[in-house]
Amino acid sequence: MTLVWLILIPFIGGLLCWQAERFGDQAPRWIALATMLLELAMVLALWVGADFSLPTEGARSAWTLEWQADWIPRFGIQVHLALDGLSLIMIALTGLLGAMAVICSWREIVRRVGFFHLNLLWILGGVVGVFLAIDLFLFFLFWEMMLVPMYFLIALWGHSGSLGSSRIGAATKFFIYTQASGLLMLIAILGLVFAHHAVTGTYTFAYAELLDTPLPEHVAWWLMLGFFVAFAVKLPVVPLHGWLPDAHAQAPTAGSVDLAGILLKTAAYGMLRFALPLFPEASQAFAPVAMTLGLIGIFYGAILACGQQDLKRLIAYTSISHMGFVLIGIYAGTELALQGVVALMVAHAFSAAGLFILSGQLYERLHTRDMREMGGLWGRIRGLPGFALVFVAASLGLPGTANFVGEFMVMFGSFGVAPWVVAIASIGLILAAIYSLFIMQRVYYGPPKAESSLDGLDRRETVLLFGIVALVIFFGLYPQPLLETSAGAMQVVQHAFAAGTMTGGVQ
Amino acid sequence: MNAVMMAISPLIFICLTVIGVMLSIAWRRNHTLSAILTAVGLNVALLLLLFGWPLGTVDVTDLLVVDDLSRFGGVLILVATLACVTLAHHYLEGYEGPRDEFYLLLASAAAGGLVLVSARHMATLFFGIELLSMPLFGMLAYTFRDRGALESGIKYMVLSAAATAFLLFGMALLYAVTGTLAFTALGEALATHGSDPWLLAGAGLMLVGLAFKLSIVPFHLWTPDVYQGGPGPATTFLATASKVAVFLVLLRLFQSALALHEGWWHDLLGFVALVTMLVGNLLALTQSDLKRLLGYSSIAHFGYLLVALVVNDGLAVETVGIYLVTYVLTTLGAFGVVTLVSSPYTATGGTADASPLHHYRGLFWRRPYLTAVMAVAMLSLAGIPFTAGFIGKFYIIAVGVEASRWWLVGGVVLGSAIGLYYYLRVMVTLFLLEPGMQRRDATHDWAERAGGMVVLGVTTLVILLGLYPTPMIDWVHWVASGS
Repeated sequence: MTLVWLILIPFIGGLLCWQAERFGDQAPRWIALATMLLELAMVLALWVGADFSLPTEGARSAWTLEWQADWIPRFGIQVHLALDGLSLIMIALTGLLGAMAVICSWREIVRRVGFFHLNLLWILGGVVGVFLAIDLFLFFLFWEMMLVPMYFLIALWGHSGSLGSSRIGAATKFFIYTQASGLLMLIAILGLVFAHHAVTGTYTFAYAELLDTPLPEHVAWWLMLGFFVAFAVKLPVVPLHGWLPDAHAQAPTAGSVDLAGILLKTAAYGMLRFALPLFPEASQAFAPVAMTLGLIGIFYGAILACGQQDLKRLIAYTSISHMGFVLIGIYAGTELALQGVVALMVAHAFSAAGLFILSGQLYERLHTRDMREMGGLWGRIRGLPGFALVFVAASLGLPGTANFVGEFMVMFGSFGVAPWVVAIASIGLILAAIYSLFIMQRVYYGPPKAESSLDGLDRRETVLLFGIVALVIFFGLYPQPLLETSAGAMQVVQHAFAAGTMTGGVQ
Repeated sequence: MNAVMMAISPLIFICLTVIGVMLSIAWRRNHTLSAILTAVGLNVALLLLLFGWPLGTVDVTDLLVVDDLSRFGGVLILVATLACVTLAHHYLEGYEGPRDEFYLLLASAAAGGLVLVSARHMATLFFGIELLSMPLFGMLAYTFRDRGALESGIKYMVLSAAATAFLLFGMALLYAVTGTLAFTALGEALATHGSDPWLLAGAGLMLVGLAFKLSIVPFHLWTPDVYQGGPGPATTFLATASKVAVFLVLLRLFQSALALHEGWWHDLLGFVALVTMLVGNLLALTQSDLKRLLGYSSIAHFGYLLVALVVNDGLAVETVGIYLVTYVLTTLGAFGVVTLVSSPYTATGGTADASPLHHYRGLFWRRPYLTAVMAVAMLSLAGIPFTAGFIGKFYIIAVGVEASRWWLVGGVVLGSAIGLYYYLRVMVTLFLLEPGMQRRDATHDWAERAGGMVVLGVTTLVILLGLYPTPMIDWVHWVASGS
């Protein structure tokens, strides 16, 4: 039942926030914060209490916790939730970033506070559902469901765009991109289910049973593509990334934090949990293409980031670049690379969230995100530029930060599989240094635009940023807890993927 | 004989209701009394229908057959009609013309629907369609002082007459070749000499007639105007009960008579389905009028439904059933809100329906629950998970994937993606707050009124069936496996 509560708590909290609005603006904020902290506490309790030692059955996942109930027996659909190391890390991240999102919108959101927190918490509830569901139907439901509150968040509380693009336009673009690609995944899921039905005569959407479905090569290829496209839109992989910069640029800070910190990770999670294990041969065959796309993403994101004037758009493009590394790591498929992917996802969640929170705080003070109107802020705002330096350093992967650990492990792990890809990707790191320094140079150094000093960080902001910095550096110096927790889950993925080489990749 | 009487007792009882309401009007005009009489009649008919279920398939002469499918259709039609009665009572309250006859027309149309879903002979098919359509002309033009309503009534009547001509001509051709008008006999005749050009022409003409009623492209041109102009309750009936009845008779026709599984004829139907869903969605994109938009969206939804007819195998009947249930519930919610917000002829309302989209701007901040109903309806029409609409879309895609009709599945995905754009536009309009806009509002006590309760109930069902669709699936599965 713990797993069910993990999903229900944000939903219930959201409804409470909505109704609590009648008691004033502060009530929803405190309720939302309490909800996310409760969620986080539950996950941490699980983390401490549970054992994530290696599974014994090779390519089979050993679930730490599992819960199931019949739902739609006609098609063998169950409410089937399960937790392993990977989902645990992702849910902990969700809880943490959820709490941060609540804190960072404390002063930013002043209109319709209750409804805002309803949407915020429902996104997080949907994301937790995605991380826990191992019935494909249920997974798809949560995958699509979390878009609706995100749409409202951008459309109703977003900023109007810098270049005349509207927040509603951005929200609609986001929704249509992800929903349409999601329907492709639904087709792939149904194709898989009917293929399984053709062999065994029973309908089932259960992950464990579908894993063994024998598929003709071309069918597996198309179904894999269906899953890949859905995940690639969300990650985003370059030709399908059109929604991301707009969505980030228009979203409120909390929306950007959730989007970059968690929503993008659902895509990587989906690849690790579903796309690779369900279609190992097809994924093996597809790996070179995916890695190339990852490379393109690294360079495309980095180069475009260098040319941005809008601070949030810039950070959005750096996300594309970082997710390129994640994609390469996933499709390299070695244990080291996969563990690196997990570390990099966590690290990126922190550094991107930090940068977005900072840009939100700058916006509250300067009422612009245009970097041409910034410059020389180092002397004008107490405290904030120092934090910015830390997050920028993390974003470029400076040793000592968690991002370094992740990127290093991804590259190290992938080198044996695809040396050239890694060699080229490492050039991308230089570009990362360039755009990171651009941020510092354009925003904080240079001649100041005005002499008046701006409000320094208040206690809420300082505590929030200190917390993220501490996590970035802690996991940079001691990533072992992360790696130990995810080891079991990643070995399962690695086994499944390696099995694909033996049967399919040789031909 | 007893079983036969029991089986058609709902139909008989509705006819009695019509007569009863007529006599009551003749005796004394009382708006509320007429509405209550009609509602009671419909409820009793619904109960009789449900009690008759254990009888199984009952042949009522050569003309009608009462089986699981027709009872299923009957339940949908009666529920939709009941919702229309409550909405109409709210809508017509301040109307200064005669109000009572609306219920008369409504109940007659419901009787036509019941005949149609039980029809297994061309004569009853024709009789049912006309009994369904004739009262609709009157209902659409009921508030005839409003130009839009009059236009919509006349437009529907003229085009309907043309469609009827097609239908009759098609039947005549079929009869000329086969010498029979019963569905099953026609099916056997078609199976033996199916390539006869006259037979094909007859079947084609019949389909044109039915496609008009379902507003399938290219026979959809009347839909937006009629939807926009007609009074809320009448449009609701047209969009729900009338379409369900016609679609179910089409399904029966396909199952027994026109069971064509391949050939160019069949490909043409697939093409029509594809075009219908795409055209409906594309034309809806630029609409700034909510009722027109819903009209185009209904075109698209019947395009999706046609996929099940094209496949006509495996899950097809179940899909039709599920989709119709979700579509009816959702549409009742959407049109219910339109009707409640419109409430013309009252203090808060204007002279016509609140159909321009900007009337709904920021409705959430004044009427949160009513807006939640509309938002859920839009999400359900768009097929977002945790609403009933998703289950319907799930079935449509499943039936397409099962039969490997990739073009149609692709069309459904593309259509849904396009559809999202305008459903989201409606939804976000509800939440936007911009002062100085022209506003319309529901009456303050809307939620305590019967119409409001129906709308809230329908929405609760949409969400519940989205969360836990098993009862609906079991029911429809049982109906589909029996028929």
